Order: sequence, then C-alpha cells, then structure tokens
Amino acid sequence: MAAMIELKDVSKSFTLHNQGSAVIPVMEGASLTVAPGECIALTGASGAGKSTLMRVIYGNYLAASGQVLVGGLDVAQAEPRQILALRRETLGYVSQFLRVVPRVPTLEVVADPLLAIGCERQVALEKAAALLARLNIPEHLWGLSPTTFSGGEQQRVNIARGFAHDYPAMLLDEPTASLDVQNRETVLSLIEEAKARGAAIVGIFHDVGARDRVCDREVNVSDFTPGVLV
Amino acid sequence: MTPLLQVKGIEKRYGTRIGCTGVGFDLYPGEVMGIVGESGSGKSTLLNCLAGHLEPDAGQVIFDTRANGPVDTLTMSEPERRMLGRTDWAFVHQHARDGLRMSVSAGGNIGERLMAVGDRHYGDIRDKAIDWLGRVEIDGTRVDDRPTAFSGGMQQRLQIARNLVTGPRLVFMDEPTGGLDVSVQARLLDLLRGLVREMGLSAIIVTHDLAVVRLLADRLMVMKDGHVVESGLTDQVLDDPQHAYTQLLVSSVLQV
Repeated sequence: MAAMIELKDVSKSFTLHNQGSAVIPVMEGASLTVAPGECIALTGASGAGKSTLMRVIYGNYLAASGQVLVGGLDVAQAEPRQILALRRETLGYVSQFLRVVPRVPTLEVVADPLLAIGCERQVALEKAAALLARLNIPEHLWGLSPTTFSGGEQQRVNIARGFAHDYPAMLLDEPTASLDVQNRETVLSLIEEAKARGAAIVGIFHDVGARDRVCDREVNVSDFTPGVLV
Repeated sequence: MTPLLQVKGIEKRYGTRIGCTGVGFDLYPGEVMGIVGESGSGKSTLLNCLAGHLEPDAGQVIFDTRANGPVDTLTMSEPERRMLGRTDWAFVHQHARDGLRMSVSAGGNIGERLMAVGDRHYGDIRDKAIDWLGRVEIDGTRVDDRPTAFSGGMQQRLQIARNLVTGPRLVFMDEPTGGLDVSVQARLLDLLRGLVREMGLSAIIVTHDLAVVRLLADRLMVMKDGHVVESGLTDQVLDDPQHAYTQLLVSSVLQV
C-alpha cells in the first residue's frame, strides 16, 4: 500500500544568528515510511530529536533538505495555504501542551477541528461531547475555558480535540503522559480505533507498555543524529 | 484558484528614504496574513499602499473584482477605487476615531456604509445596525448613542461592525488591538477570529504583537527597513525563524 507519511533523506539544522551564528545540525538522512493503519514509535534518548522530527512532519519546523511527504504533499516545499489545508483535512497533531484562544469553552475547543472542515455545528458539538465524556471530563466543565483546568484535564481536552476529526495521518507526542490507568486505557483504545479505520500514526511514547500495545514498529531517531561536532 | 489579491513589486519612497520596497505576495480567499516588524519597518506604509491610501512609486495591487475579475487597483479610476473601498474592501484603523464619525450615532456609523452601497429603507438599515451591534457585543439599546460615549474597546468594536456590515471580502487592519487592555484585546481577537471564519474573509493585519498574529494569521510576513526579510506559515516563522531579525524579534518577547 502507498505510504501515507514518507520522509526521504531529511535534514534539519538550526542557525542561531544572534549567538555567533552558531549552526547546530540536529538531524541528517532521516528516512521513514508509515502506511495507512500503521503506527510507528519514535524512540531515542531525550534530546535525540523525536519532537523535532515530529515538528518537521507537521511543517512547524522547516526541513533544511529532503522530502517530507504527507498524503502526497511535500511539506518541506509547500505553500502555507497547502499546509493549512493538509492540517485541516489530513494531518492531526496531539502536542504535549494545549494551546487555545482565551475564553473559548472546552466544548467549542474540541469541536473546532470539525467546524473548520465545514461539519454541521450540531454534529460537531455532539461528537465533541461524546469524546469529552469518554475521556472523563465532567460535563459541568464543558462550558468553561480549559485554560484553568488541571494538567491532566488539559491533556485530555487536547486528546479529545486531536481525535475529533478522523485524520488519515496523525502525530501523537506522548498522548498517555500524566494520565491515570482508566484514561490511559481510553486513549489507547482511541489510537487502536484510529489504526483500524486506516490512520497512519507516528507517536512518541515513554510509556513502554503503551508503545508495545499500539505500535507496529520502532524508529530510533538516534540513527539520524549527525556525527559529533569537533 | 485565483488569488483574491496579487501584490507585485510594491515600492514607496519618501524622498530618498525607502518606505517599503520589492514587496510581493498572493493572498487567497479566506487567508489571513499578518505583517510584523518594529515601528519604522514600513509595515504601515505597505498597508496604506495596498489599501489605496498612499500611492506607491512602483508595483501592482491586483484585486479579483466581482464584476471584472483581476484588476490593478492602482490604475483604476478614483470613483472605482472609492466604490471598492465601500463594498469589497474594509479598513480597520488603529485608532477607532480615524475610522468612525464621532458626531454621528452608532447606528448612523453602521448605516452610512449601507447607504453608500444603495440601501435606502430606514427600518432595514436600523435593523441591520442593531443586528451588527449585537454581533460585536454592543447592547442594541446603545444604537442612538454617539461613539464619544463609548469606551475605547467599544469604539473599536463599533468600527469593526461599520466595516463588516457590507460583507467585504478583504479587510485591512492596522494594529486593531493596539492600545487596548489585555482583557478587551482577548475579547476583540476572539470576535475577529469568529467573524473571519464565519464570513470567509481574507484579511491583512499589521501589528507588532506576535501573540495577535499567532492567534489570527495563517501566514506571516516579517519586515525590516522596508524589506520583507522572511515569510511563511505563521507557526513555522515564529517557532523556527530563519532570519536573524526574526530570531531577535521572537526571542525578545517577554514570557508572562
């Protein structure tokens, strides 16, 4: 089957113009493919570049060279509007931190990705409500902005939002971190359901049990770490 | 898809000084573009050139008009450009006073733009004005009050209502949240974001506030000394800035 996410010889470096123009190469020769219905885990020590790789795939970091193909679009070369369309329709991203517009109620935050693709309002809100209920966010909190929620609650709102639309490709940055047993189980089920409907997933899991359960393969990003600088 | 606005090689000089130079981009329907840079970087000069308030020394500003397709607005006749300014274009000034008639009621401020495009029925105009006051969260009972009786945040929202009532396709905004309290800013941003999505507006927003562009803009252009030094997807430019100046700008933001 054709790959949903495919990286070909991707490199990334940071140039710090205001700190003596230091050039810090962080990734070289990164290549990987993820087929629909497949989940791969990025592994490697902290600082090895797992999140960087994920951000490159999302178009948040600009690849220095190589191709980053998601659903056939080369994110490394695409126009902003093409990347935004890709993020709306094809590529979901559950980051570690919830970033929202102040004052927007939780239910709206979760329904937002559905509204953005033109989903009917009532349908979007119902789906959002179902996800929030499944992730054990008490209903009396749905009308409040999640900015005041606890860390764990924010994390779950973030996951609900990330799974609101059935993206064909997903990036998950530690989706089970700081969750209790029951909610962890719910999130793992959501991931399994996404795989079953054919989503290609790239994840970072420090939770080994979770990784073993949902991931088909591991990719060690240390393999893409450039040679030690002299 | 045809770009709504195609900007090519815009240059404006003040004597021998450069206001802005070599600016070009395409803006597509529904896109919101932010322009950031320190004061004096040429961002307001550029915005005023695009909106027809200043005449650039070189370049083209091609707008996809409803009637005749893409037309260079700089070579349009003055009446045509004024018509565009009242119908498909809107301009939100930093200071609401510059965009409102302070001696006319709130309803009159909104109604004036409707009358300019041919509305004549008093009852309809008043109803639309009250509807729009509601949409920008101003109580309908204030329809007969003058903007002088409004707070700064309310004046700004009234200015937005006045601008959007005719259903423009392109909105120019010059520091729309400048000089407002943070709480008022958040409310205004929330409102703008909702209206942009609901009406499918394209917008060009000039600001020096990076948080504002992160919230509102799909894409970003960074200006310094009249030149565009970097442009791209908003979160990419802010999280992985490539140009020395952008890096300085992003790293200078104080953490709250």
